[in-house]
Amino acid sequence: MTATATRYETIIGLEVHVQLLTNSKMFCSCAADYSGAEPNTHVCPVCLGAPGVLPVINERAIELISLTGLALHCSIAPFSKFDRKNYPYPDLPKGYQISQYDLPICAGGYLDVVTADGPRRVGITRIHMEEDTGRLLHRVDPVTGEGYSLIDLNRAGAPLMEIVSEPDIRTPAEAREYLVRLRQILRYIGVSTANMEDGQMRCDANISLRPVGQAEFGAKVEVKNMNSFRAVHDALVFEELRQAEALDRGERIPQETRGWVDDRAVTVSQRTKEEASDYRYFPEPDLPPLRFNEAYLESLRASLPELPEAKRNRFLALGLSDHEAETLVETRDRAEFFEALKARIGGDEQRATKLAANWVLGEVGRWANETGQNLADLPATPEKLAKLIQMAEEGAITAAAAKEVFSAVAESGEDPATVVEKRGLATISGDDELTAVVRDAIAGNAQAVADYHAGKESAIKFLVGQVMRATRGRADPQKATDLLAAELDSK
Amino acid sequence: MSDLWRLTAHEAHEGLRTRQFSAVELTQSTLDRIDAVEGAVHAFITPTPELARQQAEEADRRFASGTATPLTGIPVGVKDLIVTGGVQTTAGSRILEGFNPPFDSHVYEQIRRAGAVMVGKTNLDEFAMGSSTEHSAYGPTHNPWNLELVPGGSSGGSAAAVAAGECIISLGSDTGGSIRQPAALCGVVGFDPTYGRVSRYGIVAFGSSLDQVGPIGRDVRDAATMLDAIGGHDPRDSTSNPEPMPDLRQYLGQDIRGLRVGVPREYFGYGIEDGVRASVEKAIATLESLGCTVDRELSLPSTEHALAVYYLIAPSEASANLARYDGVRYGFSDRDASTMWENIEHTRGSGFGAEVKRRIMLGTYALSAGYYDAYYKKAQQVRTVIHREFEEAFKRYDVIVTPTSPTVAFPIGAKTDDPYAMYLNDIFTLPSAVTGLPAISLPCGLSDNLPVGVQVIGNFFDEGSVLRVAHALETAIGFANRLPEIAPGTP
Repeated sequence: MTATATRYETIIGLEVHVQLLTNSKMFCSCAADYSGAEPNTHVCPVCLGAPGVLPVINERAIELISLTGLALHCSIAPFSKFDRKNYPYPDLPKGYQISQYDLPICAGGYLDVVTADGPRRVGITRIHMEEDTGRLLHRVDPVTGEGYSLIDLNRAGAPLMEIVSEPDIRTPAEAREYLVRLRQILRYIGVSTANMEDGQMRCDANISLRPVGQAEFGAKVEVKNMNSFRAVHDALVFEELRQAEALDRGERIPQETRGWVDDRAVTVSQRTKEEASDYRYFPEPDLPPLRFNEAYLESLRASLPELPEAKRNRFLALGLSDHEAETLVETRDRAEFFEALKARIGGDEQRATKLAANWVLGEVGRWANETGQNLADLPATPEKLAKLIQMAEEGAITAAAAKEVFSAVAESGEDPATVVEKRGLATISGDDELTAVVRDAIAGNAQAVADYHAGKESAIKFLVGQVMRATRGRADPQKATDLLAAELDSK
Repeated sequence: MSDLWRLTAHEAHEGLRTRQFSAVELTQSTLDRIDAVEGAVHAFITPTPELARQQAEEADRRFASGTATPLTGIPVGVKDLIVTGGVQTTAGSRILEGFNPPFDSHVYEQIRRAGAVMVGKTNLDEFAMGSSTEHSAYGPTHNPWNLELVPGGSSGGSAAAVAAGECIISLGSDTGGSIRQPAALCGVVGFDPTYGRVSRYGIVAFGSSLDQVGPIGRDVRDAATMLDAIGGHDPRDSTSNPEPMPDLRQYLGQDIRGLRVGVPREYFGYGIEDGVRASVEKAIATLESLGCTVDRELSLPSTEHALAVYYLIAPSEASANLARYDGVRYGFSDRDASTMWENIEHTRGSGFGAEVKRRIMLGTYALSAGYYDAYYKKAQQVRTVIHREFEEAFKRYDVIVTPTSPTVAFPIGAKTDDPYAMYLNDIFTLPSAVTGLPAISLPCGLSDNLPVGVQVIGNFFDEGSVLRVAHALETAIGFANRLPEIAPGTP
């Protein structure tokens, strides 16, 4: 509930551009991954817009956008086409962008998000395919002080899909939640890296306010230039307040495009509706229309992985908490690692679920955070980790030792049993050996012994710690406590 | 030996094959002819004598090694709308002056592969927009039959070069009649194949859904030989027909008895000159005498709408196609401007000629918000109606025969101030152009000592029937390879 929510209802719709993970660009054979490349090295006559060149559709891009549509519950149009969107700009080599106007590939889907007020279904109006533009780099000549611009066309022609939501979002927090869920799905189905920071995912927001109870929408303001989920959230919070204050003063909100200025945390007007371009869309004559048949869609449907929402529900049914299930499904590799580990542990399902969840959310997660690597690259594979967990469960190693073994296996990929043996980490099994350590601890810590006898029960914990230290964690802490108590009480 | 330039391609091939002369000698004869008449005709924007000699030597080596094709060693002119790697390609426009393409068009690749010898890039109306070759930034081409007259257009340079003996065959392009009309006005054969038969890759785009490359030659056999070399599927052009093209020369020299010929009555109005009418009537009578069933009851009532359809669709597509010429990446650029936008405006302002600007404005208007439905969309709907009329007609006829142009060649300057009168000159070539049907123009006689062309239109991808009828008619008329005498010493 935001400050303005009592007087006005906020209406938000998002337009998200996503770069697709294809090998080549949308309409030519240049490599699509230009990250780190020198400017204008991933270019050819086609993406440079040379005279006489023609586009050829990248089939993989069409597959990826269709997969996205299916994952977002859209219908895939049996008949679709490309159109030319005309506008002059130096980063647009042909002077028009090949895009889609009235017959997008995907339409009419939804994405469920969880909000402070419970679940909300956000409609997906459409998803269409287009080509990316190049980039302008604005510079200042250090000698003359004059500004100039350079063009890098490496990005020109990269495959881009635009996902347009219905105006179903009601708060900036929901908008962020929508983006988080959307990114999660895009990454699950492997269509994009969907990183906002490096521009693989870009978001424009439409926001308007209307008095509570009013049916028609207010004038729509489009906010651009937001480079992170936080920026989207903050820009919308700013706009919500700005528009509410203007409405409170009795002002009319003009329909316009505003840009978010991150370092000043404000939006500024970029152009009004009157200045809006007429894109003069018309069907792209160089490309034949697309026809999708049911067999093609069926094969795509079959290739869709289980999506996060379904996985989360399944994990909840296994007895995991909301938080555990949510965290486990956050990324596909984590969820898959968890499931593989659970299967390797075997036995009682609830017990296996609990153990696997504890490890994935504990040590395994820590490893991923620290190394920044994918779980698929973790040398402690689910198979090895399951062996390690088995040893700990059987008491062959203590919990403390298990962590040390994990670190070693995560480093080297060695078999856990080998690590236990090489490092002598097996739990001390003989009472005689442990009794000797216990007696040494009592002999060496007179103060703690005195405290114990003075009735300070907690002193025994200190002594257990000493025993654990002396055995490098190989002692069973309960057994050590029992033996200490017996020894101390017998005095 | 000095008259080798007079030969047709198949005659020249016979001479080359039997070693009566070499490709170097044939090329030198043609280059000498260019030296003699080019000052009067001005068929070329860029003559390429050095390249021609080099390619002729290569051709002789191919004859020696037994890898020659029917085009090997044949001097060819290439319309300057066709991208030729390493050879300036201007499209007849100042805006592409000095543009040296880093890649080849499909058709140039094909004729090089076949061993043809390119003697130069031929003149045209700027961006193929015109019917007289007067709208070239490089000066008009003169009709070899009478140097004070236009050669037709836009492939006027290609037609004039063939008629003047400055090359044996040439490549032109046809958007609304740009191969057939100049072929008719210059007394040579011009063949516009089915849209999709020849790849448009590397053809500077004018009206993308209409542009098609085709041959201009001294007889039907030469036109078929050239189309054999350039036609067929090219994956770089998504509108290119995937079906393999049959060997077209099999249709030459066949009996045409019993073929059904439709003669649409609408094609004898629109200010058709009496001499043109008489000549075409004679050709139709010849077809009857050759045993064809001629039906003069055919009506194609939408014929008159083709002009409006064409002048909405072609300029609309052109308005987008020509947006890339901004002086940023290649070609002419006005460097005196003080800002980026000024640079682009000045470049386009002085780089484009008046007719090109007129069509960009027409097309931009037809696509504008609020006008799209009334103009562009309506034009596409009428185009479908014209398409259906032809489809119906081809259920009853094998070919449709009409005059190519309502007039013979007209004086230079006569129609430059009256664009509509100029547009009307294409009235008989526009309907098949907007439909994409194959159509040939061949000379059928003289009117006031100027050549008249008769047009044979075929069904989609039925180039075979067109060639069959055209070849039989040509044989009966006996006009093939008749070259005009060019008055020596004229300008």
